[in-house]
Amino acid sequence: MVAKIKVEGLTKIFGKKPKKALELLQQNKTKEEILKETGHTVGVNQASFEVEEGEIFVIMGLSGSGKSTLVRLLNRLIDPTSGSVWVDGEDLATMNNEQLRQTRRKKVSMVFQNFGLFPFRTILNNVEYGLEVQGMKKEEREQKARKALELVGLKGYEQMYPNELSGGMQQRVGLARALANDPDILLMDEAFSALDPLIRKDMQDELIDIQNKMQKTIVFITHDLDEALRLGDRILIMKDGSIVQIGTPEEILMSPENEYVERFVEDVDRSKVFTVEQVMIRAETVNADKEGPRVALQRMKEAKISSIYVTDRHRKLLGIVHAEDVSQLIKEGKDDLKEAMETEVPTVTKETVLRDMMDLLTERTNVPVAVVEDEKLKGIVVRGTVVAALSGSEVKLNGTSS
Amino acid sequence: MELLPRIPLAEWIDAFVDWLKNAEFFFDGLTSFIKFFIDGIETILGAFPAWALILVIVAIAFWFGGRKIGLAVFVLLGLLLIDNLGYWNDMIITLSIVLSASIISIIIGIPLGIWMAKSTIVESIVKPILDFMQTMPAFVYLIPAVAFFGIGEEPGVIASVIFAMPPTIRFTNLGIRQVPTEMIEAAESFGSTGTQKLFKVQLPTAKATIMAGVNQTIMLALSMVVIASMIGASGLGTAVYYAVGRNDAGGGFEAGLAIVILAIILDRITQSVSKKERS
Ligand SMILES: Nc1ncnc2c1ncn2[C@@H]1O[C@H](COP(=O)(O)OP(=O)(O)OP(=O)(O)O)[C@@H](O)[C@H]1O
Ligand SMILES: [Mg+2]
Repeated sequence: MVAKIKVEGLTKIFGKKPKKALELLQQNKTKEEILKETGHTVGVNQASFEVEEGEIFVIMGLSGSGKSTLVRLLNRLIDPTSGSVWVDGEDLATMNNEQLRQTRRKKVSMVFQNFGLFPFRTILNNVEYGLEVQGMKKEEREQKARKALELVGLKGYEQMYPNELSGGMQQRVGLARALANDPDILLMDEAFSALDPLIRKDMQDELIDIQNKMQKTIVFITHDLDEALRLGDRILIMKDGSIVQIGTPEEILMSPENEYVERFVEDVDRSKVFTVEQVMIRAETVNADKEGPRVALQRMKEAKISSIYVTDRHRKLLGIVHAEDVSQLIKEGKDDLKEAMETEVPTVTKETVLRDMMDLLTERTNVPVAVVEDEKLKGIVVRGTVVAALSGSEVKLNGTSS
Repeated sequence: MELLPRIPLAEWIDAFVDWLKNAEFFFDGLTSFIKFFIDGIETILGAFPAWALILVIVAIAFWFGGRKIGLAVFVLLGLLLIDNLGYWNDMIITLSIVLSASIISIIIGIPLGIWMAKSTIVESIVKPILDFMQTMPAFVYLIPAVAFFGIGEEPGVIASVIFAMPPTIRFTNLGIRQVPTEMIEAAESFGSTGTQKLFKVQLPTAKATIMAGVNQTIMLALSMVVIASMIGASGLGTAVYYAVGRNDAGGGFEAGLAIVILAIILDRITQSVSKKERS
């Protein structure tokens, strides 16, 4: 399968005579040296990467590192100095104006860092813009625009003008305008930067939802590492126009490529990133359908644990038994494990982020938390691995899933 | 100094003008086009009795001038005064010439300004020409106008167009160039064609600035039309001109007052349109 977006050796140098600067760049001179020698600014430096269909691809970097420049190269709002961009296997550079226009109309929509709204148009007309230039009929485009506005929570503001809305609301209008076009690819340049934390989280959820439902490919630029980790399937980190590292959130956190990336991630709240899946281990269990108290006690002794989860023959979770209760059962000569079983046990799913289960772990310090999927026991989470993961020590996190 | 013969610049220009006269059919065509224009506007304005036209202008001033009662009252009293002093017909003639010159200036000036905004080369050629045009004293334009078009209202319009057009061109260019980059990028990112970008984004954004240019053009046209009475463009300017010739202070003041009233009305109406666009 071809990548949705493929970028190779992409370079943008701002200035009148970029040739000279390009040569220097290929001699591995830094952005600063080139600026001093030639007065040219390196926007993007020989970037190569691929974005897969249906992926949320996050681009991060400090201010001026070239994020906006890179994203503008992806729909050829600016022409590269060298290198190429392929969208769906088609080279943007070889497209004529008409083909490029069609690509922009149908395939790629962009949300701008400073919104780029039209002040003389109402909110509704702003959102309609992309459909209007395609020549869509008035009623049809209006209906789509209204739907997009509703999606971003701006129903009722249709007839207002941009300057009557707050910054965060304007930003959502920009998002709605891009969504109304229903493109395959969304380019989002710091699209949530002006939102307050609550709405921001809503919008992030909404975006993940949209992406799940419609399999959109999203290139998302942000300053905010928490946001990057929350949204990104993969994250690209830029510095001075160059790519420093590309990887999944875990890779970026666990093995930062260099000091620059390390500094980026050092004060991130890891508990928001790691999920249960990454820290769960295999669970010792007893099968209540065929095994009794003696087997249970024996198994606990072998594994040196003081409680054990009970399932039926289909591994459906029934409850938990503790060693002392099981011993009591044996003394009384009873052999149905269920009599000593505690059925009220806390459970989590594989997708739960660690932050959301911290309470469970601290409440019952020596009882592991069960990981359940379709009522079946998939594994357990014990305190030790969680603490290790959060402290960032180089433990090998083995997801013993399924 | 005596050694060097005088450079015969005037003779050269004369020869050039003579040569240009070969294109008489062109100038004749232009003259009849302009005549058609002025006559058309004069007929329309003349079709109303004075009181009806006054009401129409008051209504226009009120609606387009930002619904200010004060402005409407001023326009009403001003026009009644002009009528009362007996300058109504002269005013209509002047207004027709001014409107003709302004409309022609706008028809030529806005596309030229757009072209200038789209092409840096065109800008670098047109800009010095505009500078030159605006630094020439106004009545200098009367000479070629008379040379090619004789005397009367038509050469007055020609001279006014040349004199009054630069602000419209300049402000159109400026307005379009000032449209924020991100708005242009937004338009392009959604696949707008050049024409869509121009009409849906650039012109609406630049409207206020362009209107400011149009306002200046109208004011310049009015000043030129008054001067053009020297070459036979009748109207209020002629009244002043005669009064000066006869040393008639009172008559000169009356005609001058009529011009000032007309100027204020034209200025306020176009300026408020411009301001309304801006907010
Ligand atoms: N049109 C331009 N002309 C000249 N230089 C430019 C232009 N656009 C960007 N640059 C330069 O390119 C570099 C990258 O800018 P860019 O806007 O891509 O950064 P960014 O990562 O988006 O920053 P921010 O987070 O502040 O938005 C900067 O050094 C900037 O000065
Ligand atoms: Mg940016």
